[in-house]
Amino acid sequence: MTWIAIRMLTGDRQKFFGLLFGVAFSTLLISQQLTIFINLLERGATAVYNIPTADIWVMDPVSRTPDVALPMPSTALDKVRSVNGVEWASPLLRSGATIRTPEGDLEGVTVVGVDDATLIGLPKTFIAGHREVLYEPDSVVIDSSGAAKLFPPGFDPIGVRLELNDRRAVIRGIVDVDPSFTSQVILYTRYSNALAYVPGTRNRMTFILANASDGLTAKQVGERITDATGLKARTRDEFARDGIDFIVENTGIPINFGITVALGFVVGVAIVGLTFSLFIRDNIKQFGALKAIGVTNAKIRLMVAAQALLVGLVGYGIGILLAAIFIALGSINSPDFKGFYTPWEIPVLTAFVVLTMIMITGWLALRSVLKMEPAEVFR
Amino acid sequence: MSDLKTAITLHKIVKEFSTGSQTIRVLHGIDAEIQSGELTYLVGESGSGKTTMISIIAGILYPTSGSVSVFGQDIYSLSDDDLVRFRLQNIGFIFQQYNLIPTLTAAENAAVPLVAAGMGRDQAVKKGEAMLDNLNIADQARKLPRQLSGGQQQRVAIARALVHEPRLVVCDEPTAALDAKSGRRVMDLLREVALAADRTVIIVTHDNRIFDLADRILMMEDGRITHDGKTLPDH
Ligand SMILES: Nc1ncnc2c1ncn2[C@@H]1O[C@H](COP(=O)(O)OP(=O)(O)OP(=O)(O)O)[C@@H](O)[C@H]1O
Ligand SMILES: [Mg+2]
Repeated sequence: MTWIAIRMLTGDRQKFFGLLFGVAFSTLLISQQLTIFINLLERGATAVYNIPTADIWVMDPVSRTPDVALPMPSTALDKVRSVNGVEWASPLLRSGATIRTPEGDLEGVTVVGVDDATLIGLPKTFIAGHREVLYEPDSVVIDSSGAAKLFPPGFDPIGVRLELNDRRAVIRGIVDVDPSFTSQVILYTRYSNALAYVPGTRNRMTFILANASDGLTAKQVGERITDATGLKARTRDEFARDGIDFIVENTGIPINFGITVALGFVVGVAIVGLTFSLFIRDNIKQFGALKAIGVTNAKIRLMVAAQALLVGLVGYGIGILLAAIFIALGSINSPDFKGFYTPWEIPVLTAFVVLTMIMITGWLALRSVLKMEPAEVFR
Repeated sequence: MSDLKTAITLHKIVKEFSTGSQTIRVLHGIDAEIQSGELTYLVGESGSGKTTMISIIAGILYPTSGSVSVFGQDIYSLSDDDLVRFRLQNIGFIFQQYNLIPTLTAAENAAVPLVAAGMGRDQAVKKGEAMLDNLNIADQARKLPRQLSGGQQQRVAIARALVHEPRLVVCDEPTAALDAKSGRRVMDLLREVALAADRTVIIVTHDNRIFDLADRILMMEDGRITHDGKTLPDH
């Protein structure tokens, strides 16, 4: 009977394609929106994960994320270095600033000052230039997304002079990093330079990056640092998580994406539900004839289930494929989507949503068939 | 004919329908026997209860009281699923509106009862084709219902009703949607192909153009059988 059920459905092109469209549309919308949502959230963690050498981030107790942080007095660095179990510790400055481009445009940037001696905090992968360029005068290194944002395509930013908070800065390198949540341009420079760029209050050291000695976990050493200095210490993963939580708690992003995903579901249920009911209604006489001839309700259930499953599988496949193409094209062509990926949980979650949708609509459509008395076919 | 056997026995069949607060009695205690090996017509005015009666005989409508025995089986004492299985094995249906599945070919439509009984697709469709051949429309086997004329569609429906060789065939107004000529052709064919010694064929019809094909005519009036004979009573 299954092949008959399938043929009943696929033979009715309009409704079949309508059903596929409904499922594919929901799948695309839900998986694509979830992917963007997850990737945006994870950008709350990129500033931390872009510095893979640091196990521990030390900061003022009120600091919350790489971008929401209160600077500490420079004496804190020596205090942290003297804590037992700290292998090394180096200063990191993160601060907002404005630049003026050669064309005269203003742009907000994040200045990151890395330790003069070790350059810890500087991303590893250079697209242009190399680590040593930071030792040249007024030298800054720009992140690749920032460069794409600031300059026209094909333009080589190496050697461009910027006015950074009214001081001269020369771009001498490009590094490859995942963009941050704010997708602000990031300029890396030496710590001593950064102090000059960022006009100053007394305290300007935003973070201290540290590593645990062999045999100790980051967590343990972090606790020792807190005990000894009163400063807040977070492991890399904890601090990355803090960045994500901050976005969740302080932006409308979860609600907005939640609404879109819910809409995708509702619209899908509406399209699929209506089309499926229409299909069943068009075929109700045929179903009635089948029941009279001798098809049990159990088999009718299987038939409708096979129809729903086919629509679900094919529609889901099309939707996921479209979502994958969308994300792939986006991450190639737009710096906003740079580094976007789809964690496996998203297609699985979407599959569950589609399954729910199919079960709800299939069940609604099935009810009218099961309720119908076979005697009605003689009317 | 000497080989007539009682195939169906109706005993004190009463059928009532409730619509809201009202209950109307449509069949008033019908007793009847119907033989195999002949074509039995059920005739009567609109609303006299023909469809109700044939539905009860065919095991798709529970009577309010009374019993129906088909080939010795008291069908309404069966469980729901057993009754469905009984119909599948023993009864062929022909409907006024054909009720073919529009996206299946003629041969596939004819094969439906076999498929429902669990036969593999290829074998079932082959048998469907053979049955279409008996009804002289083998050349239409691969067409969809909407590519066929009304008469051809009804012949496909007849093929579907006979393909699994049921012992009882029930038809409600099989010619009502056809013009006189195709109606006649369909009925001639039905008589020729369906009629067999061990098969009972019951036809509900208004269509006096085909009354001459009946072996027996039961006339209904207002929920009762008022005439039983080879021909209609003359007025
Ligand atoms: N499901 C039902 N609910 C209520 N009343 C019904 C139902 N089915 C049939 N009836 C009533 O029972 C009576 C007999 O109906 P039935 O369909 O058996 O007549 P019929 O002889 O087949 O008529 P026709 O020639 O018009 O098909 C009619 O008055 C009809 O209105
Ligand atoms: Mg009727």
